[in-house]
Amino acid sequence: MPQKQIMSSEEITRAITRIAHEILEKNKGAKALALIGIRTGGAFLAKRFQEKIKEIEGTEIELGLLDITLYRDDLTEIGAQPDIRETEIDFGVSGKKIILVDDVLFTGRTIRCAMDAIIDFGRPEFIQLAVLIDRGHRELPIKADYVGKNIPTSKQEDVVVNLKECGEEDSVVVFEGETKND
Amino acid sequence: MTNLQLLIKKIHVVDPKNQMDGILDVLIQKGKITAIKKDIEPVENAQVFDGSGKYLFPGLIDMHVHMREPGFEQKETIETGSRAALRGGFVAAVAMPNTNPPCDHQSVIDNIIRKANEVPFYIFPAATITKERAGKELSEMSDMKKAGACAVSDDGEWVADSLLMRHALEYASMLDLLLISHAEDRRLSGPGVMNEGLVSTKVGLRGIPSASEEIAIARDLILAEYTGARIHMTHISTAGSVAMIRDAKAKGIKVTSDVTPHHFSLTDEAVDRYCTNFKMRPPLRTEKDRRALIAGLVDGTVDAIASDHAPHTDEEKMLEFQDAPDGVIGLETSLGVALTELVHTKKMDLKMLVEKMSVRPAEILKLSHGFGEIKTGAEANLTCVDVDQEWVVNKNDFVSKSKNSCFVGKKLKGKAVATICRGKLWDFRS
Amino acid sequence: MTKTAWTRKDLVGLKDLSREEITLILDTAKSLQEVSTRPVKKVPTLRGRTVANMFFEPSTRTRISFELAEKRLSADTINFSAATSSTVKGESIKDTVRNIESLKVDIIVMRHPASGAPHRLAERLDVSFINAGDGINEHPTQALLDMFTIKEKKGTLEGVKVTFIGDILHSRVARSNIWGLTKMGAKVVVCGPKTLIPPKVEELGVEVIYDLYDAIKDADVINLLRIQMERQSECFFPSIREYANTYQINRKVLEVAKKDVVIMHPGPVNRGIEVSSDVMDGPSSVILDQVTNGLAVRMAVLYLLSGARKKIEG
Repeated sequence: MPQKQIMSSEEITRAITRIAHEILEKNKGAKALALIGIRTGGAFLAKRFQEKIKEIEGTEIELGLLDITLYRDDLTEIGAQPDIRETEIDFGVSGKKIILVDDVLFTGRTIRCAMDAIIDFGRPEFIQLAVLIDRGHRELPIKADYVGKNIPTSKQEDVVVNLKECGEEDSVVVFEGETKND
Repeated sequence: MTNLQLLIKKIHVVDPKNQMDGILDVLIQKGKITAIKKDIEPVENAQVFDGSGKYLFPGLIDMHVHMREPGFEQKETIETGSRAALRGGFVAAVAMPNTNPPCDHQSVIDNIIRKANEVPFYIFPAATITKERAGKELSEMSDMKKAGACAVSDDGEWVADSLLMRHALEYASMLDLLLISHAEDRRLSGPGVMNEGLVSTKVGLRGIPSASEEIAIARDLILAEYTGARIHMTHISTAGSVAMIRDAKAKGIKVTSDVTPHHFSLTDEAVDRYCTNFKMRPPLRTEKDRRALIAGLVDGTVDAIASDHAPHTDEEKMLEFQDAPDGVIGLETSLGVALTELVHTKKMDLKMLVEKMSVRPAEILKLSHGFGEIKTGAEANLTCVDVDQEWVVNKNDFVSKSKNSCFVGKKLKGKAVATICRGKLWDFRS
Repeated sequence: MTKTAWTRKDLVGLKDLSREEITLILDTAKSLQEVSTRPVKKVPTLRGRTVANMFFEPSTRTRISFELAEKRLSADTINFSAATSSTVKGESIKDTVRNIESLKVDIIVMRHPASGAPHRLAERLDVSFINAGDGINEHPTQALLDMFTIKEKKGTLEGVKVTFIGDILHSRVARSNIWGLTKMGAKVVVCGPKTLIPPKVEELGVEVIYDLYDAIKDADVINLLRIQMERQSECFFPSIREYANTYQINRKVLEVAKKDVVIMHPGPVNRGIEVSSDVMDGPSSVILDQVTNGLAVRMAVLYLLSGARKKIEG
């Protein structure tokens, strides 16, 4: 399958550093900030943001992991049910400034699920969205507050974020062929 | 009187009683057999039946059938049951007395015989041993014998009271009435609905231990020996029963027995999916029992094959396994299953099969001439069989009013292609 | 990790399930446990789906547990209870169930006093069936929640020794557990009066021990079964008093058991008969954890089945 690397390991690291700074700048520090990463890719990125923010600001902000399967709007359309992974949000989200983290922003449906789920945990002050890649083709009115890289793609392409937490070298690759992003 | 004029050409006649086993012609005139020999010249007005490749048996006799009339006409009637029997190659059947009212009074026998005379088939009604089959008082056996009862049986129930059973045996033997025993200690069977064993544990159904049949057989045999009376153990199902009857016969006890095609061809593994067409009493047993039943047939311990044709409506059989009634139909599959499971597997030859399905039943029931043999001068009650015809049992093809067969979908080899009974030819060749 | 996809239309028992399928249910339940700890204890997963709870036999805890599991997943529920005794004949449950199916129900949770009732209906009808107990045959979700609880307390099922005490013969809980636990590599012991041990149960890979002390002395888990007084017409044992003297789990009996032994009971408990109150309310008892875990297990089963059905339609 033809593939093209569009972000290297160094570029990913730089993007994470930049976004961490932007988050702190936009929210005037780390006070009341909390990260929620969408499983699986977003969860690893959220952890990296947490580390980076600690490095910059010296405070460890709360980190939650979210599995959005139970909120999907397409469960009736797919075959066997997808595996459910654990959601771990061990802090109260009410009044928190939530930074929702995902790897690839595509149709926006995953983000819609995640927002619904977060609101079931309480009433945050606001939710902002941080993504490593925005590949366009939105189907819902959703916009990211922080973007690592905008990549114009066709719907026939698939964007894959490889992370070392999954045993791969950090990279972002575009494949031709049917998309697996959602 | 009948006008049947029929010349059966070049058919393989199997009549163990008269030592006939070869290709012959059989001439039937006015419903009677008038000649059995090679190359009979065509007779004026006699229809010619090409028997080449087919076998001719003395008409099959089923010693255990539930005709359900009177009282359960939604399941079967004397008319539908007789047609099913003819289709299966039978010319005569013993009708069991668990009707409603039960066949425990001369008037009920009279009624059945009147109805039976209207159908082109022989029905020999069995009377009950005890009034209302309740196991408390003897039925009026003498009156019922005079009315036409051929045997007595409380089928479905065992006469658990040993004193009553002793007297039943003595009284019936005095009248020369065959006593047919459904051997089962009901108290020991308890709430059981299938054979007790590994399979009942696996499917979570309460079991009926083989001991509940064997205890009953043992007691019945002891009483038969003590009284010197004759007894027939019907639908025996366990290896232990076969062994006890074998020993009893060796000791000279006057016992005979029959098994059903389902007991010698199926095991309790069939209950796997809770299909109520595998629910019967006695229940399907284990492979070891199944083999013992066949061994019993082969060595003569088991005299006869009887279907225990027990029709039930779809609505009744649709109930849950524990609630559905016991029993399956068998008249139309009995011969096919016996040929497939016993003859084509080389466990027995056709001669022995004819003994189990015609000769011995006629002898045990002491039927007069014309049954159990092919004899010049006798009424023609004959079964014409294609032993190699392969067919699949189809629920929609049953003539019986009920369709509760445990052989639906099964491929069988061998089928009756014509039955001659009471001077009438039923030709099933399409 | 090998991924198993759930493809069955029904859950009628653990007899036919593979080790992988059981693992999938338990893993899914683990993930779903958290939902019940949220401020909003509800997820929209089964929104628009309808589940009918059809109980042809009285039940309190199983019915409530299923109903709550359905509500936590946002399914619409309807409840049908019929106190039909097995002696009420003539009307087929197939007709009743067909009526419910005509209302476009997606899943039927069914309890019935006859063994095999859900199996036969599941074969004939398109709707998904979950067996909530059939006669003396199976009670798969109870066994799954038992296994989930054991895994939670002991970390694994592999090699864990689980002893069942009581009326094994009439216990659908024991039967489902035997199928499930043996597949998962646990050691299963059954203990009770010989009259209440199913014939040839050893052939299912189970050890039979009649002596209570021998049966519990190296058990990791003791699962107690309810003694049903109404079965006494079959003379299974001389008296309830003698049964309690012989098979009751109490503090004195537990002295021979492992210190960390876990006591389970599917409920409802006959206090003072199969178990003493001090043990039932004591630190070894996980009876209330079983109830809590039952919810997650039933949510998992509902979730997995609701996907499989779609696949069959498509």
